[in-house]
Amino acid sequence: MRHACARGPMEIAKKSDVLIGYAAAVGCPAESCEAGKAGVCQGCPGRELCLQQQGGVDEDQKYINVRMKAIKKKILVLSGKGGVGKSTVAACLGMALAKLNTKVGILDLDICGPSIPKLLAVEGQAVVNSQYGWTPLRSPHSEVKVMSVGCLLGESDSPVVWRGPRKSSLIKQFLKDTFWGRLDYLIFDTPPGTSDEHLTVVKMLLNVKPEGAILVTTPQDVALATIRKEISFCRKMSLNIIGIVGNMASYVCPCCKEESPIFTDDGGVQSLCNEYSIPFLGTVPLDPVTSIKHFLTGSGDVL
Amino acid sequence: MALVKHKILVLSGKGGVGKSTFTAHLAYGLAADENRQVGVLDIDICGPSIPKVMGVEGEQVHQSGSGWSPVYVDDNLCVMSVGFLLSSPDEAVIWRGPKKNGMIKQFLRDVDWGEVDYLIVDTPPGTSDEHLSIVQYLSSTHVDGAVVITTPQEVSLMDVRKELNFCKKVGLPVIGVVENMSGFVCPKCKHESQIFPPTTGGAIKMAADMGVPFLGKLPLDPRIGWCCDRGKSFLSEVPDSPAATAYQEIIQKIIDACTGSSPTTSSDRTVDVER
Repeated sequence: MRHACARGPMEIAKKSDVLIGYAAAVGCPAESCEAGKAGVCQGCPGRELCLQQQGGVDEDQKYINVRMKAIKKKILVLSGKGGVGKSTVAACLGMALAKLNTKVGILDLDICGPSIPKLLAVEGQAVVNSQYGWTPLRSPHSEVKVMSVGCLLGESDSPVVWRGPRKSSLIKQFLKDTFWGRLDYLIFDTPPGTSDEHLTVVKMLLNVKPEGAILVTTPQDVALATIRKEISFCRKMSLNIIGIVGNMASYVCPCCKEESPIFTDDGGVQSLCNEYSIPFLGTVPLDPVTSIKHFLTGSGDVL
Repeated sequence: MALVKHKILVLSGKGGVGKSTFTAHLAYGLAADENRQVGVLDIDICGPSIPKVMGVEGEQVHQSGSGWSPVYVDDNLCVMSVGFLLSSPDEAVIWRGPKKNGMIKQFLRDVDWGEVDYLIVDTPPGTSDEHLSIVQYLSSTHVDGAVVITTPQEVSLMDVRKELNFCKKVGLPVIGVVENMSGFVCPKCKHESQIFPPTTGGAIKMAADMGVPFLGKLPLDPRIGWCCDRGKSFLSEVPDSPAATAYQEIIQKIIDACTGSSPTTSSDRTVDVER
């Protein structure tokens, strides 16, 4: 028997009421104009961030603006879903642009799972703190500059177990203190989701007019459902969407060269782009040979 | 949580390895025994996949005097997710850490699970607010442990090693590691190839190096994705697939680990014998 039948009178929880009720129950006024100012906000680690959302000025913003003005184009690589290939796309995009004789940097904002140092073969290099700021590492592939929390960790297996406010502080420090110099492109690799890291970087960058975001997805409905949320996030944050990439669209069998879908693909990525009037940048098949060369050695030969 | 006998967390440092898929099918596998009550708690606040994967997207949460009632997939299988609380499935949940923590606490405090044999918690990727919070809030109750999911390639294993170290740091036992998307059978030539080559020995070697049990490998069957997109159980739809067999073996190992570690094991053992 379903447990629900054994209980007294029930009502369907109105969804908006539940979320508002939740906020009231825990006393968090984050959704209201009292965010950061109410008595309950004292001692909350998110208080400063809530105050900034209310229009308070972040003192780090002016330093970030100076750093970012030396960079012509700033591109974020986003996906609500994990494991769709954001870091791969960011790394390949960076290396491809660098091969066109442009100056490129990649900032890895994934604090918990930084993949960029491995993909760009800068593991083991140390970040130097110079008079101009943190000097990013240089990849052997077309001299792409890299900054990641992975470069700051002593042991690569150590987990970074930080709550949101601390991650936001590190991201602001990356933006404020990394001495990129003059770059043509700075690519931001982000973790999955729509949380602290994304809010922090988008808010900090909006003043310096980023080119926009490239969204990466795989073709199955479960991934597309999360991409819709990411589109909603970009629109809420007034962040331009450059386009959507459909990754791992199919798999090429190394034996018979037959191309077959590994996830269901009903043309969902293209349809989604049409629905939201977002440019469809293309699909990328999954090639394990590329995987071996690319991920094991950080080789740029894939390009 | 006092009425919940066994609690299992499904973790992975890496995204997209199949945590939600595995959580759903672990739940389906456990709930195949009608005498077991199974609950699934989805604490991925930003990307809640469980409602879609389990075919209950769009369902509504009922509120009563005893708390929030979870959504029932079947008579003995229920689910709670932030996905049920959104006004639209496309609505983005753009919350910072403290607010996400509050939601998780409310899920644990206010959801009336009733008497549940297994509560499976699906988590987002990483080692952050949600993970710290769930471990912290459950610390005073008995947690059987974590099942850690990975794919074979080194880029995943890197993050999963961090996750295993996180478990050690917070004192969370590890039931074992599952290697998902282990191989792909070409529908044309039937050759099994490795989509994500285990260049550094795969999850078996990693589990051995880290001193944790290895529960098994799950091959990639495109019908798994098809079932998840339609909210169906792959175990019911394609029971003769090698992936379904692998799932059942891994689920049995998890049951054995839980019933071996729990202080109240007698009723579970009875159920297993009856099976």
